[in-house]
Amino acid sequence: MGESHAHHQEPGFWGRYWFSVDHKVIGIQYSVTALLFLFFGFSLMMLMRWQLAFPGEALPLIGSLMGDSRMPGGIMLPEFYNQLGAMHGTIMVFLGVVPLAVGGFGNFVVPLQIGAPDMAFPRLNMMSYHLYFWGGVVMLASFFVPGGAAQSGWTSYPPLSNIAGSGQTWWVVGMLFLIMSSLLGAINFIVTIVQLRAPGLDFWKLPFFVWAQFVTSFLLLLAFPALQAAGLMQLMDRLAGTSFFMPEGLVVAGEVLANTGGGSPILWQHLFWFLAHPEVYVLILPALGIVGEVVANNTRKPLWGYKLLVYSVLFVGFMSFIVWAHHMFITGMGTMMSAFFQTTTMIISIPSVVILTCLLLSLWGGSIRFNTPMLFALAFLPMFGIGGLTGLPLGLASTDIHLHDTYYVIGHFHYVVAPGTIFALFAGVYYWYPKATGRYLSERLGRLHFWPSFIFMNGIFFPMLIQGMHGVQRRLFDGGEIYAHAQEVLHLNKVMSMSAWGLAIAQIPFIINFFLSLKRGASAPDNAWQATTLEWLAPSPPPHGNFAEVPTVYHAPYEYSVPGRADDFLPQFVPGETPSEA
Amino acid sequence: MNLPLGLPEVASAHGAELDHVTVLVHWLMLIMFIGWGLLFLYMLWRFRASRNPVASYEGLRSKASSWAEWAVIASEAILLIGFSIPLWSQRVDDFPNPAEATEVRVVGEQFAWNAHYPGPDGLFGRTDVTLVDAVSNPLGLDREDPAAADDVATINQLHLPVDKPAIVHLSTKDVIHSFMLNEFRVKQDAMPGMEIPLWFTPTVTSSEMRELRGQEDTNYEIACAQLCGIGHYRMRGFLTIHSQTDYDAWMESEQALLSEDDGGDDFWN
Repeated sequence: MGESHAHHQEPGFWGRYWFSVDHKVIGIQYSVTALLFLFFGFSLMMLMRWQLAFPGEALPLIGSLMGDSRMPGGIMLPEFYNQLGAMHGTIMVFLGVVPLAVGGFGNFVVPLQIGAPDMAFPRLNMMSYHLYFWGGVVMLASFFVPGGAAQSGWTSYPPLSNIAGSGQTWWVVGMLFLIMSSLLGAINFIVTIVQLRAPGLDFWKLPFFVWAQFVTSFLLLLAFPALQAAGLMQLMDRLAGTSFFMPEGLVVAGEVLANTGGGSPILWQHLFWFLAHPEVYVLILPALGIVGEVVANNTRKPLWGYKLLVYSVLFVGFMSFIVWAHHMFITGMGTMMSAFFQTTTMIISIPSVVILTCLLLSLWGGSIRFNTPMLFALAFLPMFGIGGLTGLPLGLASTDIHLHDTYYVIGHFHYVVAPGTIFALFAGVYYWYPKATGRYLSERLGRLHFWPSFIFMNGIFFPMLIQGMHGVQRRLFDGGEIYAHAQEVLHLNKVMSMSAWGLAIAQIPFIINFFLSLKRGASAPDNAWQATTLEWLAPSPPPHGNFAEVPTVYHAPYEYSVPGRADDFLPQFVPGETPSEA
Repeated sequence: MNLPLGLPEVASAHGAELDHVTVLVHWLMLIMFIGWGLLFLYMLWRFRASRNPVASYEGLRSKASSWAEWAVIASEAILLIGFSIPLWSQRVDDFPNPAEATEVRVVGEQFAWNAHYPGPDGLFGRTDVTLVDAVSNPLGLDREDPAAADDVATINQLHLPVDKPAIVHLSTKDVIHSFMLNEFRVKQDAMPGMEIPLWFTPTVTSSEMRELRGQEDTNYEIACAQLCGIGHYRMRGFLTIHSQTDYDAWMESEQALLSEDDGGDDFWN
């Protein structure tokens, strides 16, 4: 690299893979980091599942490695269990699923699908990733501070979180990094989608995935500031002696706390859930977008009710801002408030049903190819269905009384996020891997990944619904061992734990597939799935700048099996009138 | 119309009504899941590529799905307006007359449930956080206050008479707890800085329940449902439902203990 080439200098290793401003590299950085965090967060849960299946028994081999402050003699301490619980939730949501769905897939796919050379603000994009990365480092480091990581749940309700050890401060600081990262990313996506669409690509020709990312970005942009404020307030409460969330006259272990008082712990809950409910849709919408792409491609026909899908997603996005307090029915809510939030919750269930129905009915008349991306996308439908349906008795305040804070809640949202969203994300990995690498993932290993995962996912989460119906509370260190009402369903703890460990084994084919196929996978043409959207016009893998020349868009996104054509797909970039419109 | 959901037995007057809604909602869920599921499986079979090599550009042309949507909307509206909102209002608005109810304060702390009875005078004595002693006076009850003289305080033992509404004034000394009585379908967060009332009418005494379960050594449990620290999992108390005469006798024995040892609280009940 001589000085004469200074202006055309090829970036070195660090420039290309670490400080890259290319949306595809950043997307892959996000994806790989998020997949690692997903596996780490899952590992925390596998440790917890040992304690739940065999309370108070020493964990062989691994247990003794955890140290005396966590698992003396291999036996888990309750404080470590609570750390694992809080960090599992935090890591899975904020460092795993959202970064993979938005940072990973959003970054990699959206510019390609809209025919743009990159994101609108490439440097900001790099900064988003780095803030995310360092937020993750802070979260991981918090396990090693005195007293260990945060242990007040991923919800971090004060006063418990205010009086907790220093790990909680690290949690808040880590969250502030992650929030900044998401806010910068959201602005970038909105500007990119509004400004950088290829000629001819009007909003009604956008792939459903782009719509989903568009709405998701607004949710992130408008909801996260509430948690950012709340995080700063909690930081002040912990470090500067303020009392935003602390009433006066609290007595902990016989000692009166010396805070000035006047605050309210309910304020935190409102601010937290004002983010965290839209956050649920941040988890779901990109997943729905991926499923839409994969279903259209593998049924070989247009999505059923594309406009209805888009309107529903817009409506869900708006409604998600006014349902948050259904997480708080039993904090002492009056009839008016509870009636309002029950009603909005029932209303938001309607477009959700519409979206799921549209995706389901898209199968009608299709010519369905059962490849691995499609298997994951299809499994998403009934799994997300269970997740959505179990939300109904939780969204009605009267039936929530019995089910609130039980395992039913955990079963409910895991069905939404794990066999729901994470399956959709797997569908996306199998679907776009050929675009990112130029090679297919192995179908055989894919099936070996899918079927056991599907069975074990249900083995973990369905028993939770049963336990919850019996009234077993969540976040119990011994899985409810001492409670009479848990005795009848206590044996399910072993079923769930075995399934969780089985699920880990079921990921081995995926990990092997992911690395092996980089070199040995069947080579894929640019349009690996005979698809219609713009990303399949670019070479695989796409070079810096993506397209040799700016593509022009002529057709709707899913013109599959157009009557009167010899082949069964009409890509958006093929010039000419759409035959059906002509 | 019943569904084997595994709900625990009911021991309160309103419990059956709440369970009824739970069952109705689960019927709706089941019908939707089975309906959608059968259609799903049929389509996977009918429209697989080998059986249907050419896809239909038009796809489904039926309007049946919008009828299904309207049916879902109608069912949810009925559940909401016909059941859930009125039942909630009954829980939080229609409190019984305190004169005809048993009133008790329950105060959560890491990791125990304190119960505070007003005694025969029906007046709760003054409490003050500065008087709190973790061992001898966990409630911070001011025994100088005349109203406090006959007050009874217990730990992890709540006693109530059957078939008479109970009003529980719930609060906490430290962090958020959640007061959960599984068989009574009662769950209410104890929020720091607030005293929140709740009410229910027990309908099955502890001894009747033991007979029903065929277990000698069991009782109703008070559970904590909100993560409150390292001892959350063992923050368990017991609730004994007496016949009215047994309850009166229990209260009398507590009063006798008060005069016996000069205000000593009944910890080790």
